[in-house]
Amino acid sequence: MWLKDSSIGRKFIMSITGLFLVLFLLFHGSMNICLVVDDLFGTQGYNWICEMLGANWYAIAGTLVLALGVLVHFLYAFYLTFQNRRARGNSRYAVETCPEGVEWQSKNMLVLGIIVILGLCLHLYNMWFKMQFAELTGIATSVFNPQDGSAIVKYLFTNGWCGIIYCLAYIVWLCALWFHLSHGVWSALQTLGWSNLIWLKRIKVIGTIFATLAVGLFMIVVLYFLGVNIGMLAA
Amino acid sequence: MDSYINIKVRVWRQAGPKVAGHFETYELNHIFQGASFLEMIDILNEQLIAEHKDPIAFDHDCREGICGMCSMYVNGHPHGPDSAITTCQLHMRHFHDGETITVEPWRSRAFPVIKDLMVDRQAYDRIMQAGGFVSVNTGGVPDANAIAIPKPVADEAMDAASCIGCGACAAACKNGSAMLFVSAKVSQLALLPQGKIEAAKRAKAMVAKMDELGFGNCTNTGACAAECPKSVSLANIARLNREYLCAKFKD
Ligand code: SF4
Ligand code: FES
Repeated sequence: MWLKDSSIGRKFIMSITGLFLVLFLLFHGSMNICLVVDDLFGTQGYNWICEMLGANWYAIAGTLVLALGVLVHFLYAFYLTFQNRRARGNSRYAVETCPEGVEWQSKNMLVLGIIVILGLCLHLYNMWFKMQFAELTGIATSVFNPQDGSAIVKYLFTNGWCGIIYCLAYIVWLCALWFHLSHGVWSALQTLGWSNLIWLKRIKVIGTIFATLAVGLFMIVVLYFLGVNIGMLAA
Repeated sequence: MDSYINIKVRVWRQAGPKVAGHFETYELNHIFQGASFLEMIDILNEQLIAEHKDPIAFDHDCREGICGMCSMYVNGHPHGPDSAITTCQLHMRHFHDGETITVEPWRSRAFPVIKDLMVDRQAYDRIMQAGGFVSVNTGGVPDANAIAIPKPVADEAMDAASCIGCGACAAACKNGSAMLFVSAKVSQLALLPQGKIEAAKRAKAMVAKMDELGFGNCTNTGACAAECPKSVSLANIARLNREYLCAKFKD
């Protein structure tokens, strides 16, 4: 199968799964914004979304497709890196330089990806396990009602010093994600062939915009609750 | 103004493909900065021969930037620190008095060292043999102007065709990928009407050969284009991806 056996086929899979995950991030990130809106104006938007998605069949199907996307992206990343290391060989240059125009993140995508995955594990444990998983299995995984997502998030981020540590961990995680995406998005478009002498510069800008947008949506929520928490601690 | 400098040259010495190599440092005095880098190596070799030592083996031919033979990794850059030139076009004025210059061979699994700075680059030839040509029955050769080609397209094809197959792209790539070379060779033909006919077949054959020879998967770091002596653009890689993906989806 050429999607596994040819280099361009493998990169095609990386690009498609990667872009799919970016779209999901945008979707997820815009839902999260409701948390801030709710907290400022006393509305119930986030919980309404939690209830609507919850453990419905389409949310479950979505979660499964998503998990598959992450898994494929992850497995191919290791496969590609393994092959690339072998292609490079064992002999290293005594003097290594980073030529002008080569982004640092482009050479460290695997490491950044691993940080993102570790953050994801923490995130799944803190959020998904207490929301969708609890709702699905009926097991009480926390003191909160699994449909009261807003309370779960707020507690996690504003719970004294623990909340501050969580916020910082999330900030590190999101930064790694930004670096990963700032190379990943344009690289995916380039791999799909959507580039030429003119578009090469444009897709790099598009990549940066997408990375900033996707990460920004999450960052706003974390920073907002960090601010609220510090305000509470100071008072 | 160019003047005379004293330098140290730290060169990779390796007696043969299967032997372990090591660095050797030589002192070289009174080198004119107007000399080319290869002339400096020639002077060093004469000095070595006078001392009854084995001269440094290195590839070179045209010494004017067109054959692509002069593969040297100088101070961490293929073809040296200056941009858009080959090693033979590099001059000693890029180095200063007292400097230690490190010279290494290409280091990539696909380019095994033969001796010292000489590497085996036949892998690139094999990729070319797999499809880097146009198989037309020439017959009576038509006038070149009979087929109109828009200037920007002709320019882009020409820029891709400026690739001299030197191997700096794969040598500079952390993934040991040959994509810039292969994409340049595919592009120079795919852009022109004579080459377009076999474009899909060519892309598939050359990529298959490249993969078979064990070159890595491109992750678009861009080190190749940054170090390419002919400034071949990354846009060619996108074209190769496009040609290949379209061909595969059509199958
Ligand atoms: S693309 Fe550039 S670096 Fe690669 S072989 Fe051709 S001329 Fe050399
Ligand atoms: S010797 Fe021919 S390109 Fe340098």
